[in-house]
Amino acid sequence: MEFSKLFELFIAASLINNFVFTRYLGLCIFFGVTRKMETAIGMSVTFTSVMVISAALNWVIYKFIMTPLGLGFLEIVIFIGVVAGFVQAADTIMKKVSPGLYYKLGIYLALITTNCIILAVPLVNVAESYNFIQSIVFGLGSGIGFSIAMIIMASIREKLELSDIPRSFQGLPISFILTGLIALAFLGFSGLIKL
Amino acid sequence: MSYWQLLKNGIFGENPVFRLALSLCPAVAVTNSVKNGFLMGIAVLFVQTMANVTTSLLRKFIHPKVRIPSYMFIIATWVTVTDLVMAAYVRDVYAQMGLYIKLIVAFAIILSRSELFASKNKVVPSFFDGLGMGTGFLLALVIIGFFRELLGRGSLWGIPIVPTKPLLIMILPAGGFFAVGILMGFFNWIDMKFFGGKGASGAGGGH
Repeated sequence: MEFSKLFELFIAASLINNFVFTRYLGLCIFFGVTRKMETAIGMSVTFTSVMVISAALNWVIYKFIMTPLGLGFLEIVIFIGVVAGFVQAADTIMKKVSPGLYYKLGIYLALITTNCIILAVPLVNVAESYNFIQSIVFGLGSGIGFSIAMIIMASIREKLELSDIPRSFQGLPISFILTGLIALAFLGFSGLIKL
Repeated sequence: MSYWQLLKNGIFGENPVFRLALSLCPAVAVTNSVKNGFLMGIAVLFVQTMANVTTSLLRKFIHPKVRIPSYMFIIATWVTVTDLVMAAYVRDVYAQMGLYIKLIVAFAIILSRSELFASKNKVVPSFFDGLGMGTGFLLALVIIGFFRELLGRGSLWGIPIVPTKPLLIMILPAGGFFAVGILMGFFNWIDMKFFGGKGASGAGGGH
């Protein structure tokens, strides 16, 4: 696999098919944690690492356990079990090994378990039949893309606190409209590379 | 609460999309036509109802410490059933939204109803609770799909209504966010104007 192909995959996953703006996934977390820049950054770090590791882990399980046994149809049940188990393990290990990091990022870990965006990465990997390296690059690209989205949104929402919005549009409705505007801007990336 | 009240609660009082602001991803993702929204709503309605019934049936056997993983597996099982059925019978739609059907498993609304309602109630009320919540979700998706398809394509359920495409942006990714945002604001406005509410999603949180 050439490097340029992998780079294209990375750009496609992070900017062109950005999970938030063109695939509409992870909105719950996206709207939930972007009220403060600090939480958004913490969440980005946690998400990106969990996505990469879960992409790798699920690929191995799919390739070496599920495919030989013909369990492909159970992908939803198995992937969600793997992610939940992995997150629980990470939680426990982090608490023992580095309490400082746990104190900072631990609360986000708990939110991750049943998040659609984490689950979507292995599902897309299977649907597109990516190989091991491609799966990891896809996970990384999606994670970075999600981080970009959250950081942009957090910086806008910090300003939004001070602006005068009609009462019925306060909170979630105006955030949706904002996201729509950013999504429009992200449409501009769609011509970046030919897929 | 009577069964009718349980149903009504899901459709109006605690509508998953407009009132509880839960499970928003699919509300934006699949609603670029009424048909997609409707089928997605049916899938959620089925999973919600069956997951509620199963949880309620098994509530005495599930140890409280492992309840959340158990609910996840119950939901994942029913999602797999729905996924395989839809892959077999509505192939054209499934090609567009297969990923979102699979991701029903991660919907906060379904897990939260299992945890908050079905785990504490008998089978029949749980069934109606699931039915109400599912119907509320279905209605929300159809309403959003209605506006987006009419404005973006000038058609409804694939049948042309007006010859032009008034607002093409509505069927683009960005349009989904605008549609949901505006409808949510509109529902808040109605709630404040006529029912004296404070606006359900005013806090800006929610999952």
